[in-house]
Amino acid sequence: MPVEILMPALSPTMTEGKISKWLKQEGDSVKSGDVLAEIETDKATMEVEAVDEGILAKIVVPEGTDHVAVNTPIGLIAGEDEDAAEVARSGASPTQPKSTPAQEAPVEQVAATKPQTKAPAAPASPHVAPEPELEWTGKTEMMTVREALRDAMAEEMRRDKSVFLMGEEVGEYQGAYKVSQGLLQEFGNRRVVDTPITEHGFAGLGVGAGFGGLKPIVEFMTFNFAMQAMDQIINSAAKTLYMSGGQMGCPIVFRGPNGIASRVAAQHSQCYASWYAHVPGLKVVAPYTGADFKGLLKSAIRDPNPVIFLEHELLYGSSFEVPVDGDYIVPIGKARVARKGDAVTIVAFSRSVMLAMEAAEALAADGISAEVIDLRSIRPLDIETIVASVKKTNRIVTIEEGWAAMGIGSEIAALIMENAFDWLDAPLRRVAGKDVPLPYAANLEQLAIPQVADVVAAVKEVTYR
Amino acid sequence: MATARRKPRVVEVEEAEVPAAQLLQLYRDMLLIRRFEEKAGQMYGMGLIGGFCHLYIGQEAVVVGMQSETIEGDSVVTSYRDHGHMLACGMDPKGVMAELTGRRTGYSKGKGGSMHMFSREKRFYGGHGIVAAQVPIGTGLAFSHRYNEDGHVCLTYLGDGAINQGQVYESFNMAALWKLPVVYVIENNRYGMGTSVARASASQDLFTRAQPYGIPAQQVDGMNILAVKAAAEVAIKHARSGAGPYVLEMMTYRYRGHSMSDPAKYRSKDEVNRMRAEHDCIDQARKRLIDGNMSDENALKAIDKEVKDIVAAAAQFAQDSPEPDPSELWTDILK
Ligand SMILES: Cc1ncc(C[n+]2csc(CCOP(=O)(O)OP(=O)(O)O)c2C)c(N)n1
Ligand SMILES: [Mg+2]
Repeated sequence: MPVEILMPALSPTMTEGKISKWLKQEGDSVKSGDVLAEIETDKATMEVEAVDEGILAKIVVPEGTDHVAVNTPIGLIAGEDEDAAEVARSGASPTQPKSTPAQEAPVEQVAATKPQTKAPAAPASPHVAPEPELEWTGKTEMMTVREALRDAMAEEMRRDKSVFLMGEEVGEYQGAYKVSQGLLQEFGNRRVVDTPITEHGFAGLGVGAGFGGLKPIVEFMTFNFAMQAMDQIINSAAKTLYMSGGQMGCPIVFRGPNGIASRVAAQHSQCYASWYAHVPGLKVVAPYTGADFKGLLKSAIRDPNPVIFLEHELLYGSSFEVPVDGDYIVPIGKARVARKGDAVTIVAFSRSVMLAMEAAEALAADGISAEVIDLRSIRPLDIETIVASVKKTNRIVTIEEGWAAMGIGSEIAALIMENAFDWLDAPLRRVAGKDVPLPYAANLEQLAIPQVADVVAAVKEVTYR
Repeated sequence: MATARRKPRVVEVEEAEVPAAQLLQLYRDMLLIRRFEEKAGQMYGMGLIGGFCHLYIGQEAVVVGMQSETIEGDSVVTSYRDHGHMLACGMDPKGVMAELTGRRTGYSKGKGGSMHMFSREKRFYGGHGIVAAQVPIGTGLAFSHRYNEDGHVCLTYLGDGAINQGQVYESFNMAALWKLPVVYVIENNRYGMGTSVARASASQDLFTRAQPYGIPAQQVDGMNILAVKAAAEVAIKHARSGAGPYVLEMMTYRYRGHSMSDPAKYRSKDEVNRMRAEHDCIDQARKRLIDGNMSDENALKAIDKEVKDIVAAAAQFAQDSPEPDPSELWTDILK
C-alpha cells in the first residue's frame, strides 16, 4: 500500500500553505527523519520530515503551488517492496485520504473559523449542597482564635499521621503570630517543618507532597507573601485534579493572616478573598468566630481539595466560646446567620462581621432591624442563605476590606440580580476598602478601611432613612 | 546574532556495562519514543492534535537511561516535553496518544492534553506547563518519600531554560537541607525555545549550580545511553541511600523545533545535521549492537516492526476513541 503524504498543519492556526520547495525528487528513497519539502505557513517557512520509509513515487502537488489546504495529499511514498512506477501511475489522481477521523479534522477546523451563531450548549454547572451543620451541644471553653487554630491543627495531626505543618517560623519560633505554639514540641520537626524564606518553593513542595499522599498545611506568614507562590497555588494545586481527569488531586491547606493589619501599609495589608474565590478548583474560607475558625480549619485539613484558609491578624487575640471536642467540625460552604432581623441584610466575612454586628446594634437603636450573615466560606458561596434573607428584608449591604472593584460584594450583587431581582426594594450597596493602596498614616488608614459608620450609612441609604 | 557555542565539557563517565538483552531493551524503548513522537508530529500535521505539542526527538537516551535505573514506586515529574517520559514510565502509548487527540480514553480523559498528563498508577506526576514549576513539586514528592520512609526516590526533570528560575534554587536548598531523595535531571538540549544556553545563562556549566548547596553533580553525555545509565545508577543510589539530592546535567539535543510551530531559525541546519549524524542516541546503540555482535539486522528489523505496530495501534486508538462526554466539563473540579 502506498502511503500518502498529506499537507501538514504546522501551527495551531494554519489551514493552508504553499509548497515552496521539494527537497526529494520522484524516485528518491526516503527514510523517516529526512526532510521532504519546505512549506510556507501563515507564520514561517517550515520543513516537513518524512515519517514513513520507502521511495518517493510521485509528487502530486508541484513546488510553487500556493493555497494548498491542510490534509491534501501532496505526494506518494511506495513501500520497500512496491513498484514505485506502478504506484505513481495508479496514484496519479490523488485519492481521498482514508476515511478515518483524520478526514474530519480539517472540516472541523474550517467550521471552527466560521462565525457561529449558536454555540453548542454546555451542560449546567452541578450544584452541590454543603454538608448539613449539626447543632453543637457539647462542652465549650473561652479561648482566643489563635488557640482555636492551634487546637484544630493539633487535633488533626493526632488524628491523621499524614498531616504536617510547614512554613516560615512555624517550629522553633512557635509561629510568627504564635499560632503554632507547642506544635513542634508535640509533633517534632518531621511534622512541623521550618522552611527557608521560599514561598514559591515551599508552596510547590507542598503541592508535590500532596500529590505524594500527604496532607500539608502550608502557613504563609501573611497572605501578602503568597503572591510569590500564586503560580503553584493556581496552576498546580487548583487545576491538577481537572487536568489529570480526576486522578491526582491535592489535599492541601494554605493558611495565614489575610486582610488589613495595623499600620503596615500597602504591601502588607490586602484582602485576597476575591483573588482566590475567582478560581475553580479551590475552596476559600474566611471565618470570624473562634468556633468557626476551629471547625472550619479541621474541615479544611480533612478536605481532599486545596483550601485557602484566610485568617485575620486583628482577630488572633479575640476570645470566643469554642467547642473542645475533637469531633467538632463546621462544614465548608455554609453561611451563618449571626443576627436575625427583617429590615436589611448585611453580608460580611472575616473581621468585617464584627463591623456588621456593631452596626446592627447601632441600627437597632434607630429602630432598624438588621440581619447579619457571616459568610464563613467564600467559595463555595452560600447564595441560598443570602437569597432567603433578601427575600425577607428586600435590602442588602455587603462589607469587605478588599477593593470593591470585581470583589466579593460585586459577585453577590450579580448573584442577587440573577436570583432575587424581583425581591429588591433598593439597589445593593457595597461597603469596601477605598480604591487605593492602603496608606500608612493613621488617619488615612482609617479613611481607607471600612468603618461601622460606613455600614450604618449604607444601610440608611438602602432603607431610605 | 551568532550564538557563542562552546564545546560541552563532558566529565569522564564510565559507561554502564550491560548484557545484550538489556541493551536491546534500551534500544527498543528509545525507538518507541522516537516513532511515537514522529507519529505525533504527523498527526499534529493532520489537525488531529492541537495546541502546543513539544516533541522529544533526539533526547530519548536521557529518559530511557534514567528510568532504567528506577524501581517500581519511584516517582517522576517533568515539564510539558513529557511524551517520552510517560512512555519510559511504562504508560500505555494508546492512553498517551488519545490524550494528545483529546479523547475520553486519554490519560486525563482528554482534559489535559499534551502538556498535562498524569498516571497515579505509574507514579508519573505530570506534565507541567509552567517552566520550572515541576521542580518544587518533585522536591515535595521526595519529601513525601522521606516522610513515609518508603525507600523511593523522585526523578525531577527540567530544561536548561528552567534552570534559571528562582524556584529551582529554592528547591535545591530545601532538598539539600532536608536530604530529600530527589535526582534533578537537567536536560540541557542547548536551547530554551529560541534562546541558547550561552544567551541565557551567566555560567554555562549548569551542573555547577548545585555545588553551593553541597549537592553532588555531574555532567553526562546524554546522547550515549550507557553513559546515562551509569550516571543514573550512581545518582539514584545516592538519593535512595538517604544522602540527599543529586544533580545530573545531561548534554543532549532536540532535533525538532521547540514546539510544532517553531521554524528553528536560531540555529543552523549544519548544527542539527551534525548532531543527528554524529551523536544520535539510537544510531549509536544500533551500531554498538551490530558491531558488538549483540544483535543482527534481522533482529533489529523485528524490533522496528514491533515498535511501528505499537505506534500505529496507538494512533488508530487515538482517532477511533470518542471525545469526552459534555458532562465531563463539570467533573474533577473538586473531589
Ligand atoms: C514561567 C514560564 N515562562 C515562560 C513560559 C514559556 N515557555 C515554554 S517552554 C519555554 C522554554 C523552556 O526551555 P527549557 O527549560 O530549556 O526546556 P525545553 O523546552 O528545552 O525542553 C518557555 C520560555 C512558560 N511556559 N512558563
Ligand atoms: Mg532546553
